[in-house]
Amino acid sequence: MLDVLTGFVAELRQAGLPVSVAEEADAAEALGHLPLEDRQAIKFALGATLVKSANHWRAFDTAFEIYFSIRGPQFSVGHDDASAGTDLGPVPADGEGRPPSTAGTLEPVTPEEIAAMLFRALHDGDQVLLGAVARLAVARFSGMEAGRPVGGTYYLYRTLRNLDLDGVLARLVAEARALAGGGAGPSDATTDGEAPGGPVLRGRRPGRLTALEERLLEDEYQARIDELKKEIEAEIRRRLVADRGAEALARSVRKPLPEDVEFMHATRDELEAMRKAIQPLTRKLATRLARKRRHMRRGALDFRSTMRHSLSYGGVPVEPRFKHPKQAKPEIWVIADISGSVAAFARFTLHLVYAIASQFSKVRSFVFIDGIDEVTGIFDRSDTVTEAVHRVNLEADVVWVDGHSDYGHALGVFYERWGHEIGPKASILLLGDARNNYHASQAWVVRELRHRARRVYWLNPEPRSYWGSGDSILEQYAQYCDAAYECRNLRQLEAFVEHLM
Amino acid sequence: MAGPEKGEPRFASVDEVREGLAAAGYIADDGLSGVVYLADRLAKPILVEGPAGTGKTELAKSTACFLGARLIRLQCYEGLDEAKALYEWNYKKQLLRIQVEREAEDGGGARPVGWESLEEDLFSEEFLLTRPLLEAIRASDPVVLLVDEIDRLEIETEALLLEVLSDYQVSIPELGTIRATQIPLVFLTSNNTRELSEALKRRCLFLHLDYPSLERERAIVLAKVPGVTDELADQVARIVRSLRSLDLKKHPSISETIDWARTLVLLGIEAVDSDTARSTLHVLLKHRSDIEVAAKELAVASGY
Repeated sequence: MLDVLTGFVAELRQAGLPVSVAEEADAAEALGHLPLEDRQAIKFALGATLVKSANHWRAFDTAFEIYFSIRGPQFSVGHDDASAGTDLGPVPADGEGRPPSTAGTLEPVTPEEIAAMLFRALHDGDQVLLGAVARLAVARFSGMEAGRPVGGTYYLYRTLRNLDLDGVLARLVAEARALAGGGAGPSDATTDGEAPGGPVLRGRRPGRLTALEERLLEDEYQARIDELKKEIEAEIRRRLVADRGAEALARSVRKPLPEDVEFMHATRDELEAMRKAIQPLTRKLATRLARKRRHMRRGALDFRSTMRHSLSYGGVPVEPRFKHPKQAKPEIWVIADISGSVAAFARFTLHLVYAIASQFSKVRSFVFIDGIDEVTGIFDRSDTVTEAVHRVNLEADVVWVDGHSDYGHALGVFYERWGHEIGPKASILLLGDARNNYHASQAWVVRELRHRARRVYWLNPEPRSYWGSGDSILEQYAQYCDAAYECRNLRQLEAFVEHLM
Repeated sequence: MAGPEKGEPRFASVDEVREGLAAAGYIADDGLSGVVYLADRLAKPILVEGPAGTGKTELAKSTACFLGARLIRLQCYEGLDEAKALYEWNYKKQLLRIQVEREAEDGGGARPVGWESLEEDLFSEEFLLTRPLLEAIRASDPVVLLVDEIDRLEIETEALLLEVLSDYQVSIPELGTIRATQIPLVFLTSNNTRELSEALKRRCLFLHLDYPSLERERAIVLAKVPGVTDELADQVARIVRSLRSLDLKKHPSISETIDWARTLVLLGIEAVDSDTARSTLHVLLKHRSDIEVAAKELAVASGY
């Protein structure tokens, strides 16, 4: 057990979780107090001792499922798919839900049979049957081959595509609607105690479904489908572990922490996770900045307060009090490239800057591709930052000729239209990869901006080693900036914003 | 690390914790009761984190209630210092003591007291004002210590807690080190407005309380709202789950779910339909824009 734990902790550290030796020792001690055969107990014990941030839970979860997966001969890959149906575990022997393929049958289960079982399982919310369907579906559809170095996502995609879950959901809702609308009692197909539509509509008078009921019903089925997806994922993982061993698999499916995901290569799920992570991050940043401001050096003597406090010492000013100095808040101008390759980066940066807008005296934002447009107004009019960022993409007029980045033209227009408004209090952030599609750079604009503004920074979502390769002309701009920073992930972005203050 | 001896374990098993909490009106899932169980066995504090209104403070209260222990609560805020968290010398009483001494001297009768003995006298336990942390350590009866909203503390002040949390002792320069007679069960809660220091996190077990599953929320509503029927509780939990899947500024918390269920019971509503849902939404959601979004979503069935 200790060996497994050491390997597991090593994997967590590889994934970027800060696990100290003391925490590892705690985990080992915790295991001593729990029954080892209880997998769920082990999981929460390890979680409580090793993971100290909710953001890290996903990475922990993935690693845990691999290192402590249920193993056994039935999960072997690649041979004898037909027998997969025989190892279904504790399926109730009497229910109608029993899978059609019984022990000893050599015929593989047909897709139609699986579809029928799936429908039943979702309809009744039958956990055991759901698990069985997941196992069958993976065996039938994923097309796993031993030793093939493909990630689990590929198999997951193949399995889900064959199950057509959206279609099933539509059929489930349609059936419930038809039954309720027709005023009929439970049909023959659903005689096992559950009214049509499962628990949502239990004890309901017949009649047309209201919008609310339909919505709740849909959410219920959706929840069951999500559960099924989890089952399938777990099943695929188990088989992969059996095939390749825990360590090799952990390496290939390791999930980076949200703050370490690169903007330029994030998948949709990862972007979603980042969007969730940015909320607490901005809040933390705002509190930290506000606090920093308040705890800066002390200002001039506060005579009034000193006198008042001296009263408790009989009028002797033992304890001098000082005013908190008022610090000028910086003014921020964000000029962001929002063309395809760097759009995500611009979005997150705008999001972050506006979320802490109270820390700046003024924030103005401009977006460009080859044309440039001011979007400050969109942020002022919108209720939430998320909504504003979304609207920027729809409403800003940023295409001039062909919709390929042209930094030179955009900067030129910017200088012409807004350049004279830049004062010595402004800090300017230029966001983009400076891949200019071989247009003219117009780097003199940046030089002029630097003369007028307090600071000019360039943030680039590309790794530093790529700068200047191909059509990237960052050097030409960077020579006039106060500094150019690599901002590949949220962590670097956060560090920069803090540095900015 | 010569901490105090661990006492008798408080709980025999994880199940006992869960049942005990349930008896105190707190519906726990396995993970949660498991962590409480481990905290007792490992003699470590629990750091509870999660969105507002998910029952972080309630967990400490219910545990205290179920153990029959006294709850000692330290509410954290910016500017909290040693004098309010740990201990303070009762200087008024000390001044009085000096004055009495002087008067006795002037009166002639008594012999003058030397500085040494006076100092020893002044900094004795008699003049010590215990604050929550010290009190929890010195208590001889069973106590549960709750350090609430620890994230409001400045990062420098956090260090105050470290000695108490890891070694269960407090060092007072004038008196020496005060060790705990028994290890109290400690809960720290955080709303995650800032990252806590590694040193603090390392000393704690971490528990993230999220919004509950459908089943748990239903059980909570049933346990907390008198007069609610099974059907209504079920419906309430379902609607709240749907609302949480929307993109809102602030998702309804458990406490708001309970408030909503209470409202419905008071209004004598047995089954929620779109109209009643819409007219009572303001109990669940506290932002105008959120209410609008939710009202629209609940009235219109999407898709199919």
